[in-house]
Amino acid sequence: MISATGSAPWDLFGYFADHRAEVLRLLWYHVWLSVLPVVLGLALSVPLGYLSRRYRWVYPPVVSVTGLLYTIPSLALFLLLPTLLGTRILDPVNVVIALTVYTVALLVRVVADGLAAVPEDVTAAATAMGLTRFQRLRKVELPLAVPVIAAGLRVATVANVSLVAIAGTIGIPELGQLFVTGFQLSVNGPYYPPIVLGIVLCVALALVLDALIVLGTRLSTPWRQVEAAR
Amino acid sequence: MTGNVFVWLNDPLNWTGTRFQAGIIDQIGAHLWYTVIALVISGVIGFPLGLFIGHTGRATWLVSVANGLRALPTIGLLILLYVMISPLISGRGDAVYLVPTEIVLVLLALPAILANTYAGVRNVEPAVRDAARGMGMTDRQVLWQVELPNAMPLVFSGVRSAALQVIATATIAAYVGLEGLGRFVYDGLASRDFAQMAGGAVLVAALALVVDLVLALVQRYSVSRGVTGRFSRRAVHSDSREATITELEAAEELSSP
Repeated sequence: MISATGSAPWDLFGYFADHRAEVLRLLWYHVWLSVLPVVLGLALSVPLGYLSRRYRWVYPPVVSVTGLLYTIPSLALFLLLPTLLGTRILDPVNVVIALTVYTVALLVRVVADGLAAVPEDVTAAATAMGLTRFQRLRKVELPLAVPVIAAGLRVATVANVSLVAIAGTIGIPELGQLFVTGFQLSVNGPYYPPIVLGIVLCVALALVLDALIVLGTRLSTPWRQVEAAR
Repeated sequence: MTGNVFVWLNDPLNWTGTRFQAGIIDQIGAHLWYTVIALVISGVIGFPLGLFIGHTGRATWLVSVANGLRALPTIGLLILLYVMISPLISGRGDAVYLVPTEIVLVLLALPAILANTYAGVRNVEPAVRDAARGMGMTDRQVLWQVELPNAMPLVFSGVRSAALQVIATATIAAYVGLEGLGRFVYDGLASRDFAQMAGGAVLVAALALVVDLVLALVQRYSVSRGVTGRFSRRAVHSDSREATITELEAAEELSSP
């Protein structure tokens, strides 16, 4: 892996040029491992959050169980899932499941609280207009809860990008491997390029995904711009 | 495989340790010690700073900066600081691992404590603050007797969030060579001793849950019932999840005009 380029932090470009295919492959895995859990998590949290809003008794157990899961450190969860589910130890699937669990834990509460924050008179008006319960959820309550849910999504996504990198230390291929490589090559004095490159790519990925969510929120809630312009 | 984990956890030698390997009890102690150091340092810096920023509304950019730190990958930062700092430290026990780790841990815990303390003070109802001033309270009295007690639920959720992140990251620090429960995880992984690895993971999860529970109990008995019961219904269930969202919202509010 050692390359002709120097070991200073700014040699990350040289390192990237030398290991282009490898780095891009790791980046691609990293994107998948960070985004997939967010999508799955959102798909699971909306119905769960709705149920805990609709039936009062569902809320306390859902919030406390997901709170417990959220408490478990990620490395522990990556390694305990194979024992519980019978998957292979270094299977990336463990990472996806673990991060989906965290995303659900965070979002379920956000969705439930976001739906609860929809003003009573708005839902009453929707009902009076003849909307069924499902229509009201889809056309009124969920859109109004979008800004709140988006805040949760942003936190979950940015956290995921950082958590995925941790899986590199147990041998799962993504950008975390760059840190491992840099660590292993630093035996005789620091070898910065892969480490700095990894940090730069992780931060860039987090910022891009975050910006995408902000943009998506803005496009799906046009009325907020109108309100802001007033 | 589940069985092996129980065998490993049930072996008294694993708890007391041998001459060649530290036991579980020692490693739990070490793990807690690293956690306490990081929390105390970030509390000493973040708590007064959060109160000051929230009370005066000055230097709010610090809250935005703290929020921006979340995008940094912890493991990358840990390895970067380790390879940077370790050549500068010679000999003397585990200082080589401890110093870079604690810097990263403080960088993690500080934003959570700072942003949540700030948000706690900021979110106090203006009417409550005005009433306090109307009663003739001095600035200092308003801060200590009104704003602080009302901010406590959020301060606590910030501390709990910080504690969890610190415990999780202290585990990963075993990768660069620090002691603590992460030792079992990475040693087990390296020697393909999966019982030890999973046992370490179980212990880390248990430690995180117990610490969170203890902090929740402290929160329950130290936050005024007037605050949790009457003024803020949200605060009743406040936990570490709320802290992460609060951090983002506080930074958002500051960045939008």
